[in-house]
Amino acid sequence: MTIENLHPGLNLGAAHGEAHTRSEPVIFGFWVFLMSDLILFGILFATYVAMSNGTAGGPGPQELFNLTSIAIQTGLLLLSSLTFGFASLTLKHDEGRRRHLLIWLIITAALAVAFLGFEASDFHSMMQKGGVPSRSGWLSAYYALVGLHGIHIIIGLLWMAVMLAQISVFGLSYQVKVRLLMLGLYWHFLDLVWVGIFSIVFLAGVA
Amino acid sequence: MKTAEGQRELNRYIAGGLLSIVLTVVAFAVVLWFDLTRATTLSIVGLSAVAQIIIQVRYFLHIDLSRQKREDLQLILFSLLLLTVMAGGTIWIMGSLAGRM
Repeated sequence: MTIENLHPGLNLGAAHGEAHTRSEPVIFGFWVFLMSDLILFGILFATYVAMSNGTAGGPGPQELFNLTSIAIQTGLLLLSSLTFGFASLTLKHDEGRRRHLLIWLIITAALAVAFLGFEASDFHSMMQKGGVPSRSGWLSAYYALVGLHGIHIIIGLLWMAVMLAQISVFGLSYQVKVRLLMLGLYWHFLDLVWVGIFSIVFLAGVA
Repeated sequence: MKTAEGQRELNRYIAGGLLSIVLTVVAFAVVLWFDLTRATTLSIVGLSAVAQIIIQVRYFLHIDLSRQKREDLQLILFSLLLLTVMAGGTIWIMGSLAGRM
């Protein structure tokens, strides 16, 4: 493996030719995006913590949060991060078995759809109990932070659908491989943000 | 996985996944099943979150301290510094303000 082409994240290795030698600047650029996204989430976390006592007499975390559902969502997202890792490893080491790669990506997407289903049902039951975004500063901050993460998951799903199409149409060209590496970084990053959300928003809210 | 390197990398993902599951279970268990003081509960939840983030960064995102990736590491560390200043500063100032009102 040539030393100068390494980048943070899973490296495909010299056996992948162009996808290895030309990926470094592209992936560095994607890291710049991820880090700016991290700042965005970080500021929303700070807003949420600053607003955590601002329930304005409305319903609070004890009445609104369903920790069982949050535990299931956490498990689904962690598992999908892991199955994306398996997809990346199939791409790196078993390029010939394209069907395995597609299956791992589809499993990852299915887990993400299940995650969104539980999240939407939580939002729905919260709103039925009067926990709408406009009710209090705390709820506005909650929906901004958790909603933004949900929107990221939706975009990740669209990206996965696009990659499934691109793999079928273009095959594993070097552009497709580099895009899969970036999607992998994005997906693992979203699970990291979720660790912050379930710890700071849900567990600390109910504790 | 066909190669030895592939098997080793697969094992690392599985190890990272298992450690993450253990830390998640610990965090949910102290809130749901143990009746500790709020400060103790929050410390355990916070520590397991930090540990889980480090583990996922290491095992899933493959970020380490090797010299080859130094520029990228500097980008990540500088972003973390900015985040600490902005988020930490916000929480400090707003918390202090809330305490005085």
